[in-house]
Amino acid sequence: MANKRIDQPTGTPTVGHEWDGIEELDTPLPRWWLWTFYLTIAFAVGYVIAYPAWPMIDRATEGVLGWSSRGELAKEMSAADQARTTVSEQLARIPVERLPDDSALMQQAIAGGAAAFRVNCVQCHGSGAAGSQELGYPNLNDDDWLWGGDLKAIEYTLAHGIRQDGDDETRRSVMPPFAGAFDTDQLDALTDHVLAFSGKAASNPVGAQLYADNCAACHGIRGEGDRAQGAPTLNDAIWLRGSSREAIKRQILNPRMGMMPKWEGRLDPVTLKMLAAYVHSLGGGEDFVEVAEDPEVAVDEQP
Amino acid sequence: MNNPEDTSPPGERDWSVVVEDGIAKSNEPVSSAVADPAATMRRHEPHEPAREHLPERLYEPRKAVHNKRIDGPFRRFKWLVMLVTLGIYYATPWIRWDRGPYAPDQAVLVDLANRRFYMFSIEIWPHEFYFVAGLLIMAGIGLFLVTSAVGRAWCGYACPQTVWTDLFQHVDRFVDGDRNARIRLDAAPWTWSKVVRRAFKWSIYLFIGFWTGGAWIMYFADAPTLVQDFWRGEAAPVAYITVAVLTLTTVTLGGFMREQVCIYMCPWPRIQTAMMDEKSLLVTYKDWRGEPRGSVKKAAKNPDRFGDCIDCTQCVQVCPTGIDIREGPQIGCITCGLCIDACDRVMNDIGRPRGLIDYATLEDCEREAAGGAVKSPWRTLLRPRTIAYSMIWAGIGGALVFALGTRSHTELTVAPDRNPPFMLMSDGSVRNSYTLKIRNMESRPREMEIAVEGLPGAVMWTDTINRGEAAATQRVTVPADLVRQVRAYLVVPAGTAPQQFEFRVTSLDKQRETDVVETRFDAPEDE
Ligand code: SF4
Ligand code: SF4
Repeated sequence: MANKRIDQPTGTPTVGHEWDGIEELDTPLPRWWLWTFYLTIAFAVGYVIAYPAWPMIDRATEGVLGWSSRGELAKEMSAADQARTTVSEQLARIPVERLPDDSALMQQAIAGGAAAFRVNCVQCHGSGAAGSQELGYPNLNDDDWLWGGDLKAIEYTLAHGIRQDGDDETRRSVMPPFAGAFDTDQLDALTDHVLAFSGKAASNPVGAQLYADNCAACHGIRGEGDRAQGAPTLNDAIWLRGSSREAIKRQILNPRMGMMPKWEGRLDPVTLKMLAAYVHSLGGGEDFVEVAEDPEVAVDEQP
Repeated sequence: MNNPEDTSPPGERDWSVVVEDGIAKSNEPVSSAVADPAATMRRHEPHEPAREHLPERLYEPRKAVHNKRIDGPFRRFKWLVMLVTLGIYYATPWIRWDRGPYAPDQAVLVDLANRRFYMFSIEIWPHEFYFVAGLLIMAGIGLFLVTSAVGRAWCGYACPQTVWTDLFQHVDRFVDGDRNARIRLDAAPWTWSKVVRRAFKWSIYLFIGFWTGGAWIMYFADAPTLVQDFWRGEAAPVAYITVAVLTLTTVTLGGFMREQVCIYMCPWPRIQTAMMDEKSLLVTYKDWRGEPRGSVKKAAKNPDRFGDCIDCTQCVQVCPTGIDIREGPQIGCITCGLCIDACDRVMNDIGRPRGLIDYATLEDCEREAAGGAVKSPWRTLLRPRTIAYSMIWAGIGGALVFALGTRSHTELTVAPDRNPPFMLMSDGSVRNSYTLKIRNMESRPREMEIAVEGLPGAVMWTDTINRGEAAATQRVTVPADLVRQVRAYLVVPAGTAPQQFEFRVTSLDKQRETDVVETRFDAPEDE
């Protein structure tokens, strides 16, 4: 052991160690310091008793207060649920096309829809909802809609899907394949005529005739499309499956048609409304126009 | 409750009886070495036998400091600083300031909930936190400046710990009497009257602590409302917790720990030693003049043998941190100057020149000890180092004031949508979407115009209007004191190439403040 000695100038004993001629005085702690130390010990003991602290083999000691982080989480979750229920109830009551009347609710619906979109829709339509021309997933940001772009139409598409078997109300349209129907020259002429709608090629009588005979019934005489049967518009700048000649020819000969799952039954009606609001808000949403029901048609449809 | 000794006119006291046989005693019979260890134990005569067989102790009990009442220029200055600083602290939250209907009318308010800081006509937003940072830097440099010029003067007069300790010491004096009476009472057994006295004193401590904590929370909410809510029990729990914590810390630190905070807990004295140099003014005992010490009587018998210090320990008795300045500069000294007041008094009484203890620089000390003259304090205050600190300090201050005067109350930030970067519309036109954030820092709602510059043919609509109303410019109303987020859809005619352009927002009032942000318009590259 190092030998202790008294430091002459201060009269204080040293701790007895020496490093390169430097010695440490053995000055006692102030009493309050010691008290603070004891207090921390007391606090630690109290804490270990009150809260989960001591790790055992499979779990920690529980603590007498019964506090747990899981319990805290459950509390916060139920508070969040509570807050959400009011919005959900309001959304459940309001028809989707009336949403724009309540802009606060609309904002909440859009926010909720954005979350639901990220979970359910990005797989096909992409995280920015821009779809894919290559794969034929429609872009939801633009103003071109196959089946209508107002809130109600969007909600309907979401609910029933596209070309879904087992749902009588699903959106369904079929373009017949024309493979073998035209020879190469005819196909070229028809392609030119289709491109001419949007000014990308010169029209020609052969193509015009072929178009009038085979295509106009669905796509309209000027390529204006028909939403009632989901026939795409051909005279605008947006092409679902590409605007190159190759892409158009391929589509005439062997049309590819996409499918969209029906979400009714898999998502609750409130989520569907929120999704519709979100898609509508992406920039291409159309105003809902109330159409007066045609009484004759209504009577006709009565069984 | 004055000390009887202090009431006798100065000059009539017989200082010569004070010191006998070289052992320091006060002129107060009770405060012998037993009752006042601070006065005697701290003096280590060079040949005093070392404490050879001290028992090892785990802790060092605090030696109570019972400082004596003193009057003099430094004491009066201390009073003044205390009145001013406490006055500012307690009164500031109650000053009203009319900011119109959309902002609180409290002159100084830290509005944590809305993340605003109000100070008279200045309003600081979170993004302007550099003002606060600048103020903190100025406070730091100011402390450097003060320290290099006048040592620990901040500690001696303005530090909250000092001010509140001083306040509590006055309470002690008021309740228990001056030094003698307090020492006697401390040593006395716990009789009923002592218990009552202590309870009374500690409740005054508590009251001061409560006021201190109470004033603090007033800075964070509307003071009159908060006071009402507080007493009705309706204030936020954090208000009660803050008051409780501050009451407790004020009473503990100011009422009981006092000089221990300055000596053991405060980091500043450690830094200060590095900030001071031989040209800084410090409270100094001029040992070349005072030593060896001897009473008036002895000096009369043996002229030329003794110095000017008559070892009356007045300087030790008045010291609020309980140190003996005659041992030389030390960390416990907060340069409050009370020992100067005390010693000057003694010198007056015995007819010797004042200034045995004085503010002096180490340089002066050497010069004076060698027989030179003291320099004027101005030469120590105005030297390259202090001037450099002052200029940096003033430079930052000037920059802050300039920034404050020229800052715009309108600000725009633009975030373009990058997924997808652009959108082809059915008529061939191209759309980009942006999230604009428009900040209105005025305390009234303002209408702002958003315009697009450098993008021919562009029209926009926002999330509040329909596509049909798209136009080259749009107007939005931004609520008072808020940031409004606007989604803007920008459409340009077919064939526009990708390019840079600017969003400009202009306030539609007489200030016409504007902010411009450059951003990018994306479009399909030419095929
Ligand atoms: S030694 Fe003098 S200046 Fe220093 S703290 Fe004590 S009274 Fe104040
Ligand atoms: S320095 Fe002054 S106050 Fe202190 S003991 Fe000497 S004479 Fe007395």
